[in-house]
Amino acid sequence: MRQFYDRILALVFAIALSVAAAGLAHAGPYEDALEKFTTDDFADTADAVTAVATSGNPLAAQLIQALQNGQLQYSTKDKKVFIKTADGKLIDAETGKPFDGTAPDDLDTVRVNNRLRGVIDAANGALTLSAPDPNKRYESAQQVFRSRDAAVLPAIDKALETEKVARVKKVLNEARAAILLAADDTAAPDRIAAIEVIGARGDQDSLALLRALPADMPAEVSAAANSAIKAVERKLTLWSMVQNAWYGLSLGSVLLLAAIGLAITFGVMGVINMAHGEMVMIGAYTTYVVQDLIRANYPGLFDYSLAFALPLAFLVAAIIGIAIERTVIRFLYGRPLETLLATWGISLVLMQAVRGMFGPTNKEVGNPSWMSGAFDLGGILITYNRMWIIIFTGIVFVALLGMLRFTRLGLEMRAVTQNRQMAAAVGIRTARIDALTFGLGSGIAGIAGVALSQIDNVSPNLGQGYIIDSFMVVVFGGVGNLWGTLVGALTLGLANKFLEPFAGAVLAKIAILVFIILFIQKRPRGMFALKGRSIEA
Amino acid sequence: MMSSHPLIRLLDRGSTLFLILLAAFAIAIPVSNLLMPAGSALHVSTYFVSLFGKYVCYGLLALSIDLIWGYVGILSLGHGAFFALGGYAMGMYLMRQIGDRGVYANPILPDFMVFLNWSELPFFWYGFNSFAYAMLMVLLVPGLLAFVFGWFAFRSRVTGVYLSIITQAMTYALLLAFFRNDFGFGGNNGLTDFKDILGFNVQADGTRNALLVISCLMLAICFLLCRGIVTSKFGKVLIGIRDAESRTRFLGYRVEAYKLFVFTVSACMAGIAGALYVPQVGIINPGEFAPANSIEAVIWVAVGGRGTLTGAVLGAFVVNYAKTFFTSGFLAPYWLFMLGGLFIGTTLLMPKGIIGTYNSWRASQADKKQAAKDNADNSAPARAAEEVA
Amino acid sequence: MDKNTTSALLYLDGVSVSFDGFKALNELSLIVEPGEMRAIIGPNGAGKTTMMDVITGKTKPDLGDVYFQEGTVDLTKLDETQIATLGIGRKFQKPTVFEMHTVEDNLQLSLKNDRSVRATLFWQSSAEQEARIDQVLEIVRLKHLRSRIAGSLSHGQKQWLEIAMLLAQDPKLLLVDEPVAGMTDVETMQTAELLREINQTKTVVVVEHDMAFVRELGVKVTCLHEGSVLAEGTIDDVSTNDRVVEVYLGR
Repeated sequence: MRQFYDRILALVFAIALSVAAAGLAHAGPYEDALEKFTTDDFADTADAVTAVATSGNPLAAQLIQALQNGQLQYSTKDKKVFIKTADGKLIDAETGKPFDGTAPDDLDTVRVNNRLRGVIDAANGALTLSAPDPNKRYESAQQVFRSRDAAVLPAIDKALETEKVARVKKVLNEARAAILLAADDTAAPDRIAAIEVIGARGDQDSLALLRALPADMPAEVSAAANSAIKAVERKLTLWSMVQNAWYGLSLGSVLLLAAIGLAITFGVMGVINMAHGEMVMIGAYTTYVVQDLIRANYPGLFDYSLAFALPLAFLVAAIIGIAIERTVIRFLYGRPLETLLATWGISLVLMQAVRGMFGPTNKEVGNPSWMSGAFDLGGILITYNRMWIIIFTGIVFVALLGMLRFTRLGLEMRAVTQNRQMAAAVGIRTARIDALTFGLGSGIAGIAGVALSQIDNVSPNLGQGYIIDSFMVVVFGGVGNLWGTLVGALTLGLANKFLEPFAGAVLAKIAILVFIILFIQKRPRGMFALKGRSIEA
Repeated sequence: MMSSHPLIRLLDRGSTLFLILLAAFAIAIPVSNLLMPAGSALHVSTYFVSLFGKYVCYGLLALSIDLIWGYVGILSLGHGAFFALGGYAMGMYLMRQIGDRGVYANPILPDFMVFLNWSELPFFWYGFNSFAYAMLMVLLVPGLLAFVFGWFAFRSRVTGVYLSIITQAMTYALLLAFFRNDFGFGGNNGLTDFKDILGFNVQADGTRNALLVISCLMLAICFLLCRGIVTSKFGKVLIGIRDAESRTRFLGYRVEAYKLFVFTVSACMAGIAGALYVPQVGIINPGEFAPANSIEAVIWVAVGGRGTLTGAVLGAFVVNYAKTFFTSGFLAPYWLFMLGGLFIGTTLLMPKGIIGTYNSWRASQADKKQAAKDNADNSAPARAAEEVA
Repeated sequence: MDKNTTSALLYLDGVSVSFDGFKALNELSLIVEPGEMRAIIGPNGAGKTTMMDVITGKTKPDLGDVYFQEGTVDLTKLDETQIATLGIGRKFQKPTVFEMHTVEDNLQLSLKNDRSVRATLFWQSSAEQEARIDQVLEIVRLKHLRSRIAGSLSHGQKQWLEIAMLLAQDPKLLLVDEPVAGMTDVETMQTAELLREINQTKTVVVVEHDMAFVRELGVKVTCLHEGSVLAEGTIDDVSTNDRVVEVYLGR
């Protein structure tokens, strides 16, 4: 992949330059180097590659490209080198013009071995150091940093003289330091300076470089290297903590998203809905259907597919939820264990229905462009889809909190949960509120499904993967308390991700489950349970 | 009533009928399979023998669930875990019996360990070459897990759906653990390719029939044990806990001790069921720990009638027969709809289950008769409620 | 008088309990002498049920002493089961009997016996036990319903059955929470009579709203308000107390 990318870069660069500088060729290091290709000796070829790369000749890139692709031909008799194009024509490597004479009869391809491939890569790196696009220069400097080819050093020095972009300059300096550090003949002060530069870079590569330093260095160099290694290690540990925290936050937000609807139905209403996961699944399938329709009819709107899917998923899940409440759950109020069994049955039916409609396999749900990709933040990689899900979860949480606190429906919901008889007495239609509350919880599960479709496989079993975790979150956080659910989800997410490096993913998960089982024994009503006079007997 | 003779206490009409039926099957099926010629109308296939044996094991699992759900109100969604642990203990014995007949012909290590490049047997596999030790583990491992789990849960008064949820988390955690190769139980392939049990070939017709008879016998023994428990004063305390836990506690009963005892007994019974199940189906894998399995077992009890021991077994037979019947034909895609419908329909329309509904119907008939009689001779009402447990 | 020198059967001193900042009991002090019958009255939320919870070990007090039997037993260190075994019986506000059991079985379960798992597993009834059940049923006038399923009893009969269960426990102290709630007038008077009869051998604490009933009992009355004692004395003293009148009729 890497090589392929570089090749393309080199090619683009070569074409750009060959147009600009055609005809300016004259005898020099480039022309001298060409001759070495004709000896059919790997060592000579390696020298030639390096010489060509550092020659500054505009044809250099094209030539090295040809060598890499097995298109470089030579003739020992004529001491000439040609580039053979895809359609079989020959280009004179010295002039860059098509060759119109008769091809020499001893024409052969310049051979390449593994060591040469390394040299070629390094050469490519050196060549793009002077590319007009700063991103390409940056990439290429990074590549030199990794290859540490001493032959590129002059090219680096040259590039450093002219480089204006700070971040490219920084990497160039690092690449230079890497080369100096690895070279045998570097003077001690230079080496120490190099160690400083590399220590400041402070990533895994730097650590490897510093550790690779031979033991027989002068004392001051070794000391500098050791302290640099310690500093880098400290920095890396810190970043890995930040990375874990980020993963934990991300997992926590997914858990919260899946559990928050349950916090309404189980936490607020006390209805244990085992089909909650299937509401999430239905939300994900709604997204799939919306994207399918958009792809078929309005491909241009694909980036907005989630905006259409969100309200639809809410509606679909809410309507199914209300239907479930009206036809099954309302007959089972006050019988939680029966509710559990009946809703489990509903979940089986819903899963099988979806399996029948869409098939048992995973469905492809695409990421809109603004949710694809990733960026670096300091020492960690942040993917856009995870980031958006965290933001989205926050919005849903705040909106739900606001809805419960500031709207008429929220007020009536709280009234019904606190005292059903009294609520009915002041004219609240409790049955309607029950249905709406359940619909709300289900609808939120539906929009959770939209978000989860972006990071998980959309299959009929999607919901099953979340139901146990969701219950754990709600129970751990404390029933009837949205803030508890928030803290519960984030705690479990973070704990899980911080355990993973030590225990592995599965053991971490088992450890969390065991922890919650023990925790519930200690605090049967969760972290933030309301303490009150028991209504029991 | 309490004061009646212990045998009469154990064997009411329903129980007697149940035991007679069970004995009839345990005799008729092997006779038919082994003695009747293959073409005869009276012959049953070996497939049927194993199938029936499997149902008997499910019946025992249902019985164990009913003991705690029907009589104490503890809805365990993790009984599949005890079942599977019992099954694994038996599976480990059967694996060690393979000896050098495995693919890798290692006399000590089961194939999967050789495959994983293990050089020696993990300590927890020691002793499983002894049948007696393995049978002890069948009881001890589920029993111990239930004891420890229950000790924590009941002491801190985790009840109702909370308990159900954490039992589900328990079996889920075990599911994840047993899927791991390095856990030492064969990873996701589980334990299989068994050769013989106590020297008899597990595939042989004779062995299969013997296993069926033993399963029936264990079911009968466990049934009588449950009858003994629920008809004793202890059983009345259990029902008291189910219906009015705090009343029981304020009467001075140590509720957690009662729950713990019966939960542990129930787990051991589930373990026995699992142990009998494994040689008859020839495999045990982590899938048995799936939370869905445990919930499905609960619905057998609900269908048959929770709080009636015969109902639990009946429910296991009815639902599993339906499953076998429907999943094999063109109706297979609709089976999950039916199962789902069974969950919904039973809880909504027939919460007492088959036997419970039948009992209520009989009681109301008896009431009518009594009322008619009362009207006739105008005598004082003194009605003893008849319960078929 | 402090806990070391008290002659009281039940001794509460400075007991406070709060739930989420709400003080259910606020430095409540109460002393019940052996053989006494005490009526506790007070408006809703006065802390009557919480007081029962504290005595029976269901709720642990934040502050204060709860002692039993002349200050020898610290009830705050025991749980419900231990306290019940010690000899404190409690009747709940809502009648709570074992609805699926017969009246006889309800009493059988209540009789003072070994409560261990082993004992109940291998337990056989005896003539002595049967006689004791008869005796208790006689007291609460439910003898003719001995083999009835408790769930089929009327509300009043369930209240009496629950009292019978308390008696079968043979406790030293009976805590009776609203025994006449939902009863007819005749039943109420019968219940008062029943409690007086019981009081001949046992110490009784009755929590009740019904003033006619409390008057019928004719015992010392303690009025609770906002978690502490507002007034104590005869029913006439208490019902004419200005503060009590204010609390009951509004201010």
